Amino acid sequence: MTYIDPHIHMLARTTADYEAMAAAGVVAIIEPAFWIGQPRTSVGSYIDYLSTLVGWERFRAAQFGIRHYCSIGLNSKEANNERLAEEVMQILPRFLLKEGVVAVGEIGYDEQTPAEDKYFRAQLELAKELNMLVQIHTPHRDKKRGTSRSMDVCIEHKLAPDRVVVDHNNEETAQEVLDRGFWAGFTIYPGTKMGNERMVEIVRRYGSEHIFINSSADWGVSDPLAVPKTAQLMRERGIAEEHIRRVTYENALKAFTAGGQMAESDWLSPPAIDQRTLFEGNSVLRGGQEPRIEGKRTKERMLIE
Amino acid sequence: MPTPAQLLQGWLRRQLPGDAAGWLEAQAAAVGGAETDRALFLAISLVHRRIGKADLALSAADIAAAEATRPGWRPAGWSLDQAARIFLLLAAGGSPTRFAERLEQMFATADVGELIAFYRGLPLYPEQPRYVQRAGEGLRTNMKAVFEAVAHNNPYPAEQFDEHRWNQMVVKALFIGSTLYPIEGLERRWNPDLTHMLCDYAHERWAAGRTVSYELWRGVGPHADKAAVDDLARVLDNGGPVERQAAALALRESPHRDAASILGRDPDLAAAVHGGRISWDALAAKHSAPT
Repeated sequence: MTYIDPHIHMLARTTADYEAMAAAGVVAIIEPAFWIGQPRTSVGSYIDYLSTLVGWERFRAAQFGIRHYCSIGLNSKEANNERLAEEVMQILPRFLLKEGVVAVGEIGYDEQTPAEDKYFRAQLELAKELNMLVQIHTPHRDKKRGTSRSMDVCIEHKLAPDRVVVDHNNEETAQEVLDRGFWAGFTIYPGTKMGNERMVEIVRRYGSEHIFINSSADWGVSDPLAVPKTAQLMRERGIAEEHIRRVTYENALKAFTAGGQMAESDWLSPPAIDQRTLFEGNSVLRGGQEPRIEGKRTKERMLIE
Repeated sequence: MPTPAQLLQGWLRRQLPGDAAGWLEAQAAAVGGAETDRALFLAISLVHRRIGKADLALSAADIAAAEATRPGWRPAGWSLDQAARIFLLLAAGGSPTRFAERLEQMFATADVGELIAFYRGLPLYPEQPRYVQRAGEGLRTNMKAVFEAVAHNNPYPAEQFDEHRWNQMVVKALFIGSTLYPIEGLERRWNPDLTHMLCDYAHERWAAGRTVSYELWRGVGPHADKAAVDDLARVLDNGGPVERQAAALALRESPHRDAASILGRDPDLAAAVHGGRISWDALAAKHSAPT
């Protein structure tokens, strides 16, 4: 089985995670621009962060045969630093059209302040101008209202619901997001978001239309293997394979390929120039490779050479 | 004689479908002499969407034309997006200072594909010495593909780098598992300090129980001292088949007084290198992945 993790912050993860993800069948990931745990104090560090997403991190993923995409935006927390926010808005157009930038994101609300609202709307306008998809972060606090409001504002700015991914859903928000025709992302993240047993029940209840899962793994206690692990759990709990395929691969592919910056052929048959430069040898063409055995990998870990 | 920009334009126009070619020509016209760089920033970012990443199709005559207009320029192995990005940079023109400042800004926000393109374009930028620091930055990267955009099939390093920077580049190529044979100007820039660094590196690898690239010995022959010749003897006596051929070639190229007698220990290999049946090019063709 192959998987897509359409929301993960690899900048905060190690190469061991990449290796484990590749071994587990993850072929493509999307890294939304977000807060890095420590507030940025200047636009310079923001530029370097965004450059890392389209540069170094993409190369790092490629070493493991994983295709790395990202979304670019000003996150809601840092929208509250207006001096910084203004400067970031000026440099966003220099990044949004770059290769592999699949959406404006992750944007939306954190505390639902006026500043957050202002820059959320400004970025929705940018997405419209550049004909881009939008990846929305829904808030932890006052979540249900924050999620409804995010969608209201998208509609107000005349964005088509099927070009907007609403992320971090739960049992309380799912119905409305699906009813209104947005893509519903579910984050399998211990403690604060969804657990994967709950996710199994979501799929039982809502099916697999317009739903996909992600790990949102970052610098917190989180799991970069959340997508393959949840697929396995669904299998064990008797969810049909076609539903599993949709929520762990096909729907994310469908949602994000609409932006024109991600295609299945990127990992199934990459251009020759990418094979010469980014994907050396056959690491990307894992189809013909021997599956890695977990026990063997653990044994290899004992020796650091 | 056509300029590099004219050659790129001709190759792109010939290969691209009409709408893509038209888009590129329109962008080139718009960015030429523009007051701000905004149009250029956007056009360069859009190249991957509008032009695609197929290989740039070049004939032997095209390769020869490149060499004639800019000696050492080797566009074989370029892709359409790389050619188009460099074409747009050149089309934007301006004074050499303006060109350099603008390019530096673009490096700061480049994605991986753009970095590779901009570094591959080094030999085509005005006032060549301006880019030494930037090229050095490209060597400091951990992205192998970016490093190779500077180091491989590029005349810039041999022309512009001082000995220190040059030596760092050659040793780093081995260190990151890259290859030496695509580096332009290798033969004329070997030096005693580099020979010493290479032998040190071989000893470090041996001490760790690791293998040593056969290519390392290519830099040892021309300036081998007694210790280096002893290293070559060790490889000739104990190395694998490819390493032994490399050691034999290095001994053949060494002016050191002991070199000939050490090589004589293996009459078959000695005959093969003297007879030209073993060469660095042949070893590279057989034992190194193409880059």
